[in-house]
Amino acid sequence: MIFLKAFLIGGLICVIGQILIDKTKLTPARILVMFVVIGCLLGGIGVYGRFAEFAGAGATIPLPGFGYLLARGVKEEVNRSGLLGVLTGGLKMTAAGISAAVLFGLLAAVAFNPKAKE
Amino acid sequence: MDNSNITKERFSQMVDKSSPNSNIFTNCCKAFAIGGLICVFAQAIIQWLLRMGVEKDIASTLSSVSLIFLASLLTGIGVFDNLAKFGGAGAIVPITGFANAVAAPAVEFKKEGFIFGVGAKMFVIAGPVIVYGLATSWVIGIIYWLFNRIGG
Repeated sequence: MIFLKAFLIGGLICVIGQILIDKTKLTPARILVMFVVIGCLLGGIGVYGRFAEFAGAGATIPLPGFGYLLARGVKEEVNRSGLLGVLTGGLKMTAAGISAAVLFGLLAAVAFNPKAKE
Repeated sequence: MDNSNITKERFSQMVDKSSPNSNIFTNCCKAFAIGGLICVFAQAIIQWLLRMGVEKDIASTLSSVSLIFLASLLTGIGVFDNLAKFGGAGAIVPITGFANAVAAPAVEFKKEGFIFGVGAKMFVIAGPVIVYGLATSWVIGIIYWLFNRIGG
């Protein structure tokens, strides 16, 4: 059941992205930024957390899930360390993802050469 | 001859009218399938880790890291481009798109050196995502802090 929910919800979020790409002049970069900001806002008001409980990876793997992690991190750190948590929470929660992307991106640049353009 | 011109014109108008929509429909189906499958794959990793006794949040993070690894690898060997061409937003919207946005310019701009090529260009798309994501989280954090003060 969790797999079906992950497939349907994850797929639907991607369809929203596809409609934005095809129907508007927004570049993929803008859409990524938009999705993260929206996920963060929804995480802030507590909606995305329940959504993630329901849809699992279908909600956390698409980029709004990244935004949700930022919001969740900030809230948890504010609870723990007060106002300072505003600065530390977002990056703390997303550190693994950002660090992994940089690490594997760097390794890819070391290991591979760009394909020649046909 | 005039007639055939008109029909040609009308025909191209009809094509213009109908094909973008059907293209969008096909694109959306592909995005749905690829995006959905990527999430199912991530969920499978989570379920497997949970069965191994890994804590839920850690399982979720490890699953994301695995996808980032795979997307970076596929970007390096040049396969991710094909996946993105086929799946569109289905490949770009999941965390795989974020990893690709870091790895693709890193590989692409290797020839400009490791400082201003790889090091700088890797944040061409990831940079704005992090900046505006963080900015949103600060606003949320401050509001949340204020609410806690008032509430507590």
